[in-house]
Amino acid sequence: MTAAVDLRGVTKSFGAHRVLDDVDLELAEGTVTVVLGPSGSGKSTLLRTINHLEKIDRGQVRVNGTLIGYRQVGNRLHELPERDILRQRSRIGFVFQQFNLFPHLTVLENVVEAPVSAQRRKRSEVEVEARTLLERVGLADKAAAYPRQLSGGQQQRVAIARALALQPDVILFDEPTSALDPELVGEVLAVIKELARDGTTLVVVTHEVGFAREVADTVVFLDGGRVVEQGPPEQVIDHPAHERTRAFLDRVL
Amino acid sequence: MPSLSTVRRSAPPTTTSSASSSPPSPAEPTAGASTSALSAAPAPATHSVPPSGGGPVLTVVPRRNPWTWVGVAGVGLLVAMFVNGLVTNPGWDWATFGRYFATETVIRALGTTIQLTVLGTVAGFALGLVLAAMRLSSNAFLRTVAWAYIWAFRSIPLIVQLLFWFNIAYLYQTISVGLPFGPSFGSVETNDLFGALGAAVLGLALHQAAYAAEIIRGGILSVDEGQREAASALGIPRRRQFARIVLPQAMRSILPNAANEVISLFKGTSIVSVLAIPELFYQVQVIYGRNSRVVPLLLVATVWYIILTTLLSIGQYYVERHFARGSARSLPPTPLQRLRARWAGIATQAARRPEEVAR
Repeated sequence: MTAAVDLRGVTKSFGAHRVLDDVDLELAEGTVTVVLGPSGSGKSTLLRTINHLEKIDRGQVRVNGTLIGYRQVGNRLHELPERDILRQRSRIGFVFQQFNLFPHLTVLENVVEAPVSAQRRKRSEVEVEARTLLERVGLADKAAAYPRQLSGGQQQRVAIARALALQPDVILFDEPTSALDPELVGEVLAVIKELARDGTTLVVVTHEVGFAREVADTVVFLDGGRVVEQGPPEQVIDHPAHERTRAFLDRVL
Repeated sequence: MPSLSTVRRSAPPTTTSSASSSPPSPAEPTAGASTSALSAAPAPATHSVPPSGGGPVLTVVPRRNPWTWVGVAGVGLLVAMFVNGLVTNPGWDWATFGRYFATETVIRALGTTIQLTVLGTVAGFALGLVLAAMRLSSNAFLRTVAWAYIWAFRSIPLIVQLLFWFNIAYLYQTISVGLPFGPSFGSVETNDLFGALGAAVLGLALHQAAYAAEIIRGGILSVDEGQREAASALGIPRRRQFARIVLPQAMRSILPNAANEVISLFKGTSIVSVLAIPELFYQVQVIYGRNSRVVPLLLVATVWYIILTTLLSIGQYYVERHFARGSARSLPPTPLQRLRARWAGIATQAARRPEEVAR
C-alpha cells in the first residue's frame, strides 16, 4: 500500500539557512501525525512543502503516490504549471494558523467557493454538503454570518469545514490553535479529534503536547530542519531517546 | 467624608428600584432561583458594587465649552454674509442664470461632458488594471514597461498631451496595422480615425490609466498575503483568485481614490475645451462670448459640475458600502435607513399616544 504522505530527502534553504535538511517521512493512510519541535525548527515549512506552498530544493514529496509540484522526466524534476499544482492542492486540505477565511464572503460562501471553482462541482450540491459540514463542526446556525462576526475558535472551525469540503485525501494543520485564546483551544481540538476518529489522514503541527499524546498515532520531533526522532507518543513524549527532545519537552510541559 | 458613608449605608433599599431597571426587582428572589442564573445575575451585582460617591444616582453633565459658541457665532456671521452676497449682489444675474441653466445647448454639452467622463473612466481603468497587473508581474520586462508608461504619462501635463493627440496627424498621416519593421496589413488616414472627440477620449483615458494603475496596485497590495495563500492552498484557479478573492477586498481601498479620480476627470474634461469640443465649459464660453454675461454663465457650468459631483459622491457611498460587506460586525445604517427608522419611531409614538390618553 502506498503511503498517504511520503517525503524523501526533502531539503529546503532560505538563502544560506537550511530550513529542512534531508527529511524522510512516511505517513500511512488514516493515521494522525503530530509534528513537534522548537520554533524555527522547520515544522511549518515541512508542512507547507506537502502541498507545494513552499518549493523544495531537493528531494520529492508524494501524496497517495502522486508526485507533488513536479513531473519526473528521467532523472530530472520539472516544476508543473500552476494550473496542475492548483489541481493537486485541491485534494490536500490546509488549515492555517491565522484561519485566512475570506472576510467578504459569508461562512457558507467560504466553504462552497473551492469545491465549485476548483473542482467544478455543482453549487447546489456543494451547498447541501457544506451545511452538513458546518453542522459537523457545530456551526450550522452561522452559515449566513461573516467571519468577523465569529470568535477565533468558530472561525477556525469554519476553516476546517472549508478544507473538508474539498474531500481531501489528507488535511494539514499549521498550528491551528496558536492564534486562539486559551479557552477557545478546546473546541478546535475537539473537531480535529473527531476527524481523527473518522480515519482522515491528518498532519498537525502544534505545541499542544497533551493533544499529541491523546490523538497522535505518530509523533515526529523536528529540530534544526532534521527529524530527531519519531514514533508513538508513549515513546517520543514519555520516553524520549534524544537529549534535544527531552530538553524541548521539559520546556513545554 | 462622614456624610457620604451614612448615605451609602442607608441607600440600598432606594437604589434597587432606580439602578436595576431591567429585571423587576420584587419578583427576583423567587424567579431567579428557578430560571437561568444569567437573568438573576445583574441584580446582586448592583448591590455588591455601590456606585462610587454614594447612594443617589449621579447624573453625568457633559463639559461645555463657551468658546465653541463664540466660534459658531463668528462662522455663522460669515456664512450669512456669503448668502447675502449671493442673493443681493446683482452681478450674479440670477435671471440670466435661470434662462440658460437648462437650455438645449447646455444640456447637450453636459451630455458630451458625461460621455467623455464615462469613456475616459472605463478605458482608463481597464488599461490601468492591465498596467497594475504588469507592475505586479514577476517578469522584469513587463514591470519595467508598466513603470515607464506610468512615469511618462504622469510627467506630461494633460493639456500638452491632448494637444499632441489632436495634432497626431502631423506626425503620422496614416496609421497602418502590421509588424514592426515588417509587412503592413492595411492602413487608414489618421484624421479619419481620430476626430477631435477621439483625440480627447484617447488623451483622457491614457492619462487616467497611469493614475488608475497606481491606485489599483495599491489596493491589491493592501490585501493580506494570507488571502492569496489560502485561495491557492484551496486550489482555486488563478483568475478566479483575483476576481473573487483579491479584487473585492482590494476595492475597499481602491474606491475612495478611484472616486477622487472620476470626479477630477469629470471636471478635468473642461480642459478639452482647448480642442474646441462642445462640452459643458466650452459651450458656456461660446455663449458668454456672444452675450458677454460671463458670471451667470460660469455659474451655470459651476452648478452643473456641483450637481453631478454630488450624484457621484452619493453613488460612491453606496458602492463603498457594498464592498464593505463583512468588514465590520454590522454596517451602520444608511442616511435613508436612519431617516426611515426615525420616521417609524415618530409614527409609533403618535399611534401610542391616543391609547395612553384613553387609559
